[in-house]
Amino acid sequence: MKIAIASGKGGTGKTTLSTNLASFMAEKRDVVLSDLDVEEPNSGLFLKSELFFAEDKFKMIPEWNNVDCTLCGKCQDVCNYHAIIQIVDTIMVFPELCHSCFACSELCPTNSLPMGQKKMGELQHFKTSTFDFIESKLLIGEEQAVPLIKQTLDYVDENFSTDVVKIYDSPPGTSCPVIEATKDADFIILITEPTPFGLNDVILAIDTMKELKKDFAIVINRYGIGNDDILKYCDENNIPIIGKIPNQRAIAELYSKGELLYDKIPEVKTELENIVSYLESHILK
Amino acid sequence: MKEIVVISGKGGTGKTSITASFAVLAGDDVVVADCDVDAADMHILLQPENIKSEDFYSGELAVIDEDACIQCGKCFDVCRFDAVEVINDVHTINELSCEGCGYCARVCPTEAITNEPLNVGKWHVANTRFNQPFVHAKLGIGADNSGKLVAQVKNIAKETANKNNKPYVLVDGSPGVGCPVVSSLSGAHFVVLVTEPSVSGLHDLKRVYELVKKFRIKAGCIINKADINKDIASEILEFLKEEDIVHLSNLPYDETFTKAMTDCKTIVEIDDSKIKEAISESWEKIKEILN
Ligand code: SF4
Ligand code: SF4
Ligand code: SF4
Ligand code: SF4
Repeated sequence: MKIAIASGKGGTGKTTLSTNLASFMAEKRDVVLSDLDVEEPNSGLFLKSELFFAEDKFKMIPEWNNVDCTLCGKCQDVCNYHAIIQIVDTIMVFPELCHSCFACSELCPTNSLPMGQKKMGELQHFKTSTFDFIESKLLIGEEQAVPLIKQTLDYVDENFSTDVVKIYDSPPGTSCPVIEATKDADFIILITEPTPFGLNDVILAIDTMKELKKDFAIVINRYGIGNDDILKYCDENNIPIIGKIPNQRAIAELYSKGELLYDKIPEVKTELENIVSYLESHILK
Repeated sequence: MKEIVVISGKGGTGKTSITASFAVLAGDDVVVADCDVDAADMHILLQPENIKSEDFYSGELAVIDEDACIQCGKCFDVCRFDAVEVINDVHTINELSCEGCGYCARVCPTEAITNEPLNVGKWHVANTRFNQPFVHAKLGIGADNSGKLVAQVKNIAKETANKNNKPYVLVDGSPGVGCPVVSSLSGAHFVVLVTEPSVSGLHDLKRVYELVKKFRIKAGCIINKADINKDIASEILEFLKEEDIVHLSNLPYDETFTKAMTDCKTIVEIDDSKIKEAISESWEKIKEILN
């Protein structure tokens, strides 16, 4: 069972929900939480855990070997991203622009561009007292999150059986990284705030999930601020709202310290129970 | 013309509300650009009227001509993005997975594959309710290349500023540290970092500042909800000192912030708020630094 937690924009409580839900569910089930927001992974700040395993993650880029190269120019011609160019008698590769498509390497007539590894980030596997936690972090300056998200998902699939509940803290937005993080999930929880910004962004997220033909539901964070427009919208469009996390200064303060909420704020625990019972009746067997 | 970019690393720190407030304070002196093309929100506060809209094409998408295809499987073999799918022995392209690398078209023996330009979104030139030029965009669902759309929005905003002799371009930047924010930052004269005193706020601030440093852009910082965690607020101040980042102001935790947004207004339009004073002060400091 794979559950992705996503939102149209950042800062609506994705990480809060992911970490609290993972801890709460781990009281009764086997759980692994993965932070797929590889540009700004944050979940780890809220969990007391020990490092269990770490590895560097690589992307493949061509490496020029000048011995046999005839300077035919084919590599430059086939690269759609201008990541490899010929400057006088040298072939130069721009790793940040390369999408690792292998075209230049495999189409080079003299085999002068073998693909080699370049580090793009790190994966870390932690254990808390009750569940496993995976986090990947993109190196600063690396522009493409998708390959690292893909490799992180592969790691989770290889190391955890299908019986384990897999929770993904997805990147924000509606573009390529969030598609990569959610396209494999069985169920998506979209978290939003009851404000005009929140509504605008969650509608984009809803459209994305519909486009992907995903089963999803809404959780409202900071319930009590703003207005009722999100309730009306969900009602009109038959979208289930499965939890409402209240707006409290105490929550903002606990969050600021990097602490979990549900063991200290009973209302949050009640909402988690509601969310889990919805998941149980809908998707968890 | 000076370009000011507001970023925050993570969302939800009040970045857009603060940028819109700067826009109001700048009045006639500014062209505003919303570069958070993934989840654009500034139009909610500035209520622009579009005067010009254009489709934006970037990158390509492989398309197979079924009649010409002999189902040889070469495209499937070379595609590194699992974008070629074989359904009932028929080869098709999964549009969401295709990265437009063009490799398949180069190896197809019957030239059945063409690369078509990809529409990744739309950009608009508009007028805000304060009658300021406003450039914004909407990325298509699941589109790649948001960095290129960000670059386009910025270019149009700069052109508009030059044409109309506006001294400032004010940019609501993208979240994260990846390609869209790299595009948001390139060419900027000043970066405003909006953060909040939480463990994650500080963590993201440090991470995004690593990127800002690579561009060697002068930066200032606004600490929103500064009173929610005094310890981390002072840690942030220390970090600012170490890195020589200008501390622009502290904003208190105040429900007016959300109330203003709920009424689709900027905070500086709400009278007598402490936040209004602090934001005005920040804007004056930025102008001083730039001139
Ligand atoms: S395709 Fe191969 S042989 Fe031709 S210029 Fe490139 S590296 Fe050299
Ligand atoms: S692997 Fe593909 S993207 Fe990278 S340089 Fe070669 S052709 Fe360009
Ligand atoms: S390579 Fe060309 S002919 Fe062969 S399966 Fe692909 S599209 Fe069809
Ligand atoms: S263009 Fe590249 S990514 Fe798209 S289907 Fe062809 S080989 Fe795959």
